[in-house]
Amino acid sequence: MSGFRWLAHPTLTLLLTVIWLMLANTFGFGHLLLGLLLGWAIPLLCRDFLIAMPRVRRPFRLGLFVLQVFADILVANLHVARLVLGPEARLNPAFVEVPMAIEDEFVLALLTNIISLTPGTVSADLDVERRTLLLHALDAPDPARLVAEVKRRYETPLLEIFQCSPT
Amino acid sequence: MPFWIEALVSLFLVLGSLFALIGAIGLYRLPDFYTRLHAPTKATTLGVGGMVIASMLFFAGRPEGPSLHELLLTLFLFISAPVSAHMLARAALRRRLPVNGRTRGKPW
Repeated sequence: MSGFRWLAHPTLTLLLTVIWLMLANTFGFGHLLLGLLLGWAIPLLCRDFLIAMPRVRRPFRLGLFVLQVFADILVANLHVARLVLGPEARLNPAFVEVPMAIEDEFVLALLTNIISLTPGTVSADLDVERRTLLLHALDAPDPARLVAEVKRRYETPLLEIFQCSPT
Repeated sequence: MPFWIEALVSLFLVLGSLFALIGAIGLYRLPDFYTRLHAPTKATTLGVGGMVIASMLFFAGRPEGPSLHELLLTLFLFISAPVSAHMLARAALRRRLPVNGRTRGKPW
């Protein structure tokens, strides 16, 4: 980024202000000012660490996607609970490599987080050069199916929402 | 507070605690570091989720009115849980911690 911008990140400023107001649990004018001050200063202080967020092309689809992720978390939690309480022999742990079609750093980070949040899979490592994600799955009797599942359920919608060109 | 709200709050509290307990059991029972990583990160999402819903219901039925802290809690949790799990897994990979014999595929 060339030049110095006083408002480093307008969206983040708004978000931080809202978070501050929620934290204070009041909507007084003083807190609004304080929130705005924090929302302005924090992005400015850490602007070198921020990665650019691509524009959301399909906000409605994003909403649906968030709901779907929540549903997945719920269902998969029950699955993990059953695995944890069941006999150990029923586990099929596996390291699975998933090649990524996503190029954008931000979306890649988002996908990695979603995979860790949905129970049964933890993203263990990300090779940015090879665009490959290493997953550890608690129960993956068929690794190829898990790869297909991740691509279909999470990667494709994310690509659609942010519409960054797949390689 | 009406009885049915109290009942609902208790239900969600018990449900949340149950999942937190399952997470703890998993941490104790699962065979290696990587599988153990799954239990606590997962239990927090549903375990804390249950307690957050209970707390929201409880304060919605009180004169102080609903509070928004629960939503923030969920947000912070959803940001921090996967990141810490990822960091732990990476650290374990770098240190080449032993992998359970039944694990298929190999770490880098």
